[in-house]
Amino acid sequence: MDFRLTDEQTMLAEAVGALLHDCCSGADLRRLLESGAARDAGRWAQIEAMGLPLMLAPEARGGSGLGMVEMALVAIACGHAALPEPLVEHAGIAVPALVAAGRDVPAGTVAVGHPVNPFVADADTAEALLLADGDAMHLVPRAAVTLVRQDSIDPFRRLFRVDWKPAPATRTGGAALWEAALERGALLAAAQLLGLAQRAVDISVAYTKERQQFGKPIGSFQAVKHHLASAQVKIEFARPVVLAAAALPASSLARARVSHAKLAAQAAADAASHAAVQVHGAMGYSWEVDVHFVLKRALALGQAWGTPGFHRARVAEHMLSAPLGPDRTFDAVPLQQEARSEAA
Amino acid sequence: MDIRYTPEEQAFRVEVRRWMAAHVPAQPLPDFDSTREGFEAHRQWERTLHAGGWGMVTWPVEYGGRGLDLIRWLIFEEEYYRAGAPGRVNQNGIFLLGPTLIEYGTPEQKARFLPAMAAGDHIWAQAWSEPGAGSDLAGVRSTAVRDGDDYVLSGHKIWSSRAVHADWAFGLFRAPGSERHKGLSLILFPLDAAGVTVRPIQRLDGKPVFAELFLDNVRVPVANRLGDEGQGWAVCMSTAGFERGLMLRSPARFQVAAAKLVDLYRARAGAADPALGAAVAQAWMDADAYALSIYATASRLMAGGTIGPETSTNKIFWSELDLDLHKTALALLGAEAELTAAAPDASADVGDWLDGYIFSLAGPIYAGANEIQRNIIAERMLGLPR
Repeated sequence: MDFRLTDEQTMLAEAVGALLHDCCSGADLRRLLESGAARDAGRWAQIEAMGLPLMLAPEARGGSGLGMVEMALVAIACGHAALPEPLVEHAGIAVPALVAAGRDVPAGTVAVGHPVNPFVADADTAEALLLADGDAMHLVPRAAVTLVRQDSIDPFRRLFRVDWKPAPATRTGGAALWEAALERGALLAAAQLLGLAQRAVDISVAYTKERQQFGKPIGSFQAVKHHLASAQVKIEFARPVVLAAAALPASSLARARVSHAKLAAQAAADAASHAAVQVHGAMGYSWEVDVHFVLKRALALGQAWGTPGFHRARVAEHMLSAPLGPDRTFDAVPLQQEARSEAA
Repeated sequence: MDIRYTPEEQAFRVEVRRWMAAHVPAQPLPDFDSTREGFEAHRQWERTLHAGGWGMVTWPVEYGGRGLDLIRWLIFEEEYYRAGAPGRVNQNGIFLLGPTLIEYGTPEQKARFLPAMAAGDHIWAQAWSEPGAGSDLAGVRSTAVRDGDDYVLSGHKIWSSRAVHADWAFGLFRAPGSERHKGLSLILFPLDAAGVTVRPIQRLDGKPVFAELFLDNVRVPVANRLGDEGQGWAVCMSTAGFERGLMLRSPARFQVAAAKLVDLYRARAGAADPALGAAVAQAWMDADAYALSIYATASRLMAGGTIGPETSTNKIFWSELDLDLHKTALALLGAEAELTAAAPDASADVGDWLDGYIFSLAGPIYAGANEIQRNIIAERMLGLPR
């Protein structure tokens, strides 16, 4: 048992964090908004140069063969940067689905129309879309669908209703692919929410150290400190849940842990983004500071990949049906039986 | 990251589970705070644990421990709580003073105090707070005056848990005229020494859980000072780290309580109020999150890491979790929630939930009030100005 990141995992997280810190600042986000472009081509080229879009694909297929813990770390960094480009859904959800279905990964990104989400994100810039027809998963070229844009409060969320007709030729697999995609989608939404929560605290710490009122920095006031400390506590106790959910093999506990991760990270992102608005005062309620980028993404991801009610129901299902107790944190089932028979 | 237990860790769990199955008393012991009999029954349990080699599993073997790593400590705690083993009457000693002695004690102090603590011969009380100094511990006014090879202790300590029946206490004392963090020393003294008066204080449920200590020229040898003279604050903060952080509140305690809460929810048809179902699930998730966080910390410490202000995040999280969990239990009990265990019509576990609730009310206060912990997080983790 060693519940620590490896040196390689830490290095990956730091490298992706540094890249996005440099190329996805608040100023970069504003510049993208002003240009009206869907993506920052330079930034996406850097992301591709790091090999991130294919990080979960096996090496034999041109990927890096990394796992969900690594993907979760990348998603945390994407959340922290409020990254507009669809790296997480493409690399973390579409690519593994295509690999599992034995399909080639097309050049460019693939958008995911999971049945749990009413709209498809980033469909207009995608090369192809994974779409659901009942239990079946279809890989459909962008040119074969009609998109109706749905405005999101998040200026970087490009949401679409997709009108399309299923055909036998596009069918790539069945329900198992969608089930696995849901677990990855919810987990990676949680990871992004965790990154967003930390960003909200980080922005606020920087601001409240500088902003003076009553003759001193507002960060010296206990009421301000307590808002941010309470948010940080939520972050600290969501992070190990996200990482454990990423590391667990599939099981009833793993499903519950993914839902727990989503709920905990959402609660952290809510607390942190609300605290950020509050401690920024009127500035926090404006377009001027970066708080609103974080707040809006958190609002969107909190409801995507399963609403809180959906995930609470999954937790309750596990809680009321599986054996619980302090020996079940990592689901040590075989030991349970062995020890019981020996103790008897 | 490898979140599987090794075969050796699994074998260790089986070993603990077997021992607990054979030794945990079938009937719960009487409460250790209410009566001398309850206290002595728990001392006897400490002796049984020690005889089995399970008194202090992380301590070095020469002091009565097993020299086990922190992952095994967590596994031990999981099996301990899972078996419903009695609460540790000597927790102030073994979880707080013990690690501090191991870090700061002289070889003589370690040899003198640690084995007696592990064996249950010395049961310890904490003598930190004073009427004018609670969470502002640097405000203590009790003094230690050096007189040859002795210190002469004078002053007034309060909120000393378990001091009514305990054998020894550890407290902070200042050199006369010193201010705040300077001039403090951590001094160990027997509670039956001449000049010590112990006055029980009833907790809000009437049990004599606390005491105040009046110290009137109590002479103790200089050899009873832990750490250097005037360095008591640093020594004491190390103890506080153990208290807020890892050792005092192992996750297993909350995971067992959460599992019992789920049983209570099933038994009491809590579904009548959907909000209660959500609260039960939240308590279960929070206990789980606390366990994962402690596993992460333990893994880091085992690899040579150090523990820092995250002890304050732990303290806030487990104290709020404990409170919420017990409030949810009382809500599930409904009208029965107000019945004590002595009430003729009270169901079997009603008194336990009420006791647990009363105890949980103190969590956000002791070991440094949660407001103080939030200041520590803001200043030392987030870097906000003082």
